[in-house]
Amino acid sequence: MTATATPAPPGSKTTAPTTTTPPTDDGPGALRSLARHRGRLIGVCAVLALVAGWVLLGAGNWPAPLSVDLSGPLERTSDWIIDNRDGHPLFLYFFGHVSNIVVLSVRAVYLVLLALGWAGVTAAAALLAWRAAGVRLALTSLAAFSVCGLLGMWVPAMQTLALMVVAVAASVLLGGLLGLAAGLSDRMHRILRPVLDTMQVLPAFAYLLPVVLVFGIGVPAAVLATVVYAAPPMARLTALGLRDADAGVVEAATSLGATGRQLLLTARLPLARKELLLGVNQSIMMALGMAVIASVIGAGGLGDRVYQALASVDVGAALAAGVPIVLLAITLDRVTAAAGERIGEAPADRSGLRWALAALVTAAVAVGARLLDLLSWPDAWTVDIAGPVNGTVDWMTAHLYSGVPLVGGTADWAGHFTTWVLGPLRDGLQWLPWWTVLLTVGVLALLIGTWRTAATAVLAMAAIGVLGVWDPALDTLSQVLAAVTVTLLTGFALGVAAARSTRLGRALRPVLDVFQTMPQFVYLIPVVALFGVGRAPAAAAAVVYALPAVVRITAQGVRAVDPAALESARSMGATGWQQLLQVQLPLARPALLLAVNQGVVLVLAVVVIGGLVGGGALGYDAVFGLAQGDLATGLVAGAAIVCLGLMLDRVTQPTGRRDPTGKGA
Amino acid sequence: MARTTRTARNTGSAALAAAAALALTALTGCGAADMTRQASPYADAKGSRTVTLSVQSWVGAQANVAVAQYLLEHELGYRVDTVQIDEVPAWDALSQGRVDAILEDWGHPEQEKRYIDDKATIERGGDLGVTGHIGWFVPTYFAEEHPDVTDWKNLDKYAAEFRTAESGGKGQLLDGSPSYVTNDKALVKNLDLDYQVVFAGSEAAQITQIRQFAKEKKPFLSYWYKPQWLFEKVPMTEVELPAYEEGCDADPRKVACAYPHTPLQKFLNARFASGGGDAAAFLKKFRWTTEMQNDVALMIAEEKLTPREAAARWAKQNEATWRAWLPS
Repeated sequence: MTATATPAPPGSKTTAPTTTTPPTDDGPGALRSLARHRGRLIGVCAVLALVAGWVLLGAGNWPAPLSVDLSGPLERTSDWIIDNRDGHPLFLYFFGHVSNIVVLSVRAVYLVLLALGWAGVTAAAALLAWRAAGVRLALTSLAAFSVCGLLGMWVPAMQTLALMVVAVAASVLLGGLLGLAAGLSDRMHRILRPVLDTMQVLPAFAYLLPVVLVFGIGVPAAVLATVVYAAPPMARLTALGLRDADAGVVEAATSLGATGRQLLLTARLPLARKELLLGVNQSIMMALGMAVIASVIGAGGLGDRVYQALASVDVGAALAAGVPIVLLAITLDRVTAAAGERIGEAPADRSGLRWALAALVTAAVAVGARLLDLLSWPDAWTVDIAGPVNGTVDWMTAHLYSGVPLVGGTADWAGHFTTWVLGPLRDGLQWLPWWTVLLTVGVLALLIGTWRTAATAVLAMAAIGVLGVWDPALDTLSQVLAAVTVTLLTGFALGVAAARSTRLGRALRPVLDVFQTMPQFVYLIPVVALFGVGRAPAAAAAVVYALPAVVRITAQGVRAVDPAALESARSMGATGWQQLLQVQLPLARPALLLAVNQGVVLVLAVVVIGGLVGGGALGYDAVFGLAQGDLATGLVAGAAIVCLGLMLDRVTQPTGRRDPTGKGA
Repeated sequence: MARTTRTARNTGSAALAAAAALALTALTGCGAADMTRQASPYADAKGSRTVTLSVQSWVGAQANVAVAQYLLEHELGYRVDTVQIDEVPAWDALSQGRVDAILEDWGHPEQEKRYIDDKATIERGGDLGVTGHIGWFVPTYFAEEHPDVTDWKNLDKYAAEFRTAESGGKGQLLDGSPSYVTNDKALVKNLDLDYQVVFAGSEAAQITQIRQFAKEKKPFLSYWYKPQWLFEKVPMTEVELPAYEEGCDADPRKVACAYPHTPLQKFLNARFASGGGDAAAFLKKFRWTTEMQNDVALMIAEEKLTPREAAARWAKQNEATWRAWLPS
């Protein structure tokens, strides 16, 4: 859930082709008036339904007869799995082997990394980056790996890396195969799309529990949960690449008598190289985002260090483990993105020679380090950042929590936010008769999308009622709405500012990178220290997490506005504000809508984290289920979060628009 | 010289593991996999004997593990892996052999029946020597000003003082991590108190909040437990609930009594208990006092020593105690 997969870390990704069908309202006049007409029609129907509903259904919460209690069957399932896990053939001959293969592969990679020693690994990483992406990134990667060592996190970093290698390889394989199927067959494409859509809004916590139940705590469960999380972007991009292959080239190849397989191998796959590599890039980022979440189920490595530091309320130690995650993420992202951009360029002279040189240097360094007895990072070379960081956090919380003259403290703000915004919003939503909620969802989805998206949204919302978690779900919804509002207000402002000032844009980029990749567990304690326990810190954590994506998409959208339009406005004497309000923002509308959609999905992704700081509702239930091994509570809460995600996604999704780069993006 | 042979073996075992992975892929579907022997891939990485211990999220549990780890590594020559898991999943992991021991368990009768009596995959490891107790606490500075707050019957009188934005119009009873044993919702209802249970969601959040309250000398009411290092920093006084009697907490919905005093237990994976050699013998003998655990916990949580440093410092000062745990 620390997903870094938002469209934009480094520029290349936002330009990823989208399967956009034009929004309905930018057609010629006739279409436009039809669209307006449609809106009015929907409005009239809604009012009629409102009156009818009031007469027929009355007020009240989700009616009990319409809900199903799944706790009995779920408990029986859970008991069956635990009782049969050691003896049933399904486990002995299938899951057991899957588990063993995962363990052995991770172990193999880990042992290779240990055998290379820190010097060998660092050299290999730097040289690989040099060959794939150039000297600057080689230096970045050298620095990143050195910092892992300097912070005393070498061994955990290698454990995380080993797990990542295996998980990413599996994701790329699985996603690639699915994408291949969807890219070659229209029917598969139709079948897979809703599946991938759903996977995209699944919060990672929701499927930790079932995976743990089958595989038990530990690396196999962590790897499989990561694959579920990281495979969809690969599948999506592979399918996209294959489908968008230049028709002319394909036809030429066909006319030359190429068979289906030849066509695939010699024309379509090579043409899709960029998308494929972007898919790998996205899989890596998603997998790293999962590193900390997976620590909750015993994945070990850096995530586990973050998680353990939490137990002793030690922000400094959590940060020391969080920083390597951020650095690994940024490095891997930049290197794979740069490698993607280089694809298609003519290979440089003596490229083979340079590769050989890189391999040779790596080998020499690894052997040298072994001879010098420098396999494990020397303890003397570590820097302790925990002390100063904790000092800073203590100072902040001591001085900002309350009693700041004039503005009050952060605790007071949090209190006001809870009392005046979150409270009324929650009570209001819970007071609404259940059918008006469904109606509102349907109308909103219709206004922005199609009949099909509206049906999905309404059904998803109804499913929440059927699952019997209507009230907590609305509580969660109120928190999401409040956090999204704050995110969008701040994000639009920052995004517009960044688009208009290059300097600000450049200054913001590393900050956004860090916020996007820093595991949320690291800032759990600071948000509680600043805002107290409750729903307000949960909202704060969500805002921090979702803000970078909104800022990026907004800035990108505003920047991409046709310069000619801007120029003509300027020549007519429009002021800066007029240019912004009347030209830039309206023209950037699709991007702003995408930002809204992403803000909503990302905020929802942090709901579970909110459960860890007193957000209560579904987030708490999901955590509770995992902590108590209670499938009935955990799975139902997880399913409700998924439904909420689907509903919010559909309600905020302009027709047909879909970002293919992956969930969270 | 010894060093080079060892590293050579590393590379060898890496190649071996890779080959084994391939072989196993080929074999999938032929042999049966043993789901009760699921070691961590990071174990035994340097060709040494490894023990895997489960750590729970509270610092007391970290203290047990830190000291056990230190002694296992320095006195008995083991490598120790630790995994942080919640209590119930830890039982699961123990039965599968993913961890070898739980050093501090607060009582899970359902799991004990399933794994010890029915499946025999887990064995009892004896008392830890520490007695645990859960209760409702108010800060001592508040209890001294209002001595009658320590009787639950007077709690309603103070509800307004314990109110927060999160608890609405009622008093706030701060609860902690979802993994902890709690009857608080039922208690508030059955004792008919004017309180709202607010779940902090994690112990870290709860501690942070309590310390913020204490810094400002604000009144608060919280679910908390002993032994716990935080008492040294924020002195708290227990609120008397209706006395605990055997079985009064049998029906989770009807509970209207205090929490019991629980002698904390150790549990070992059954296979490890019989075949774990010195490490298993040592862990069975490991037994210390509440004060000792608090010393170490405080070093970790308050002085921000790493668990390893804290354990080293404690071991230096208490050699007589731990000598007795070592297998003769």
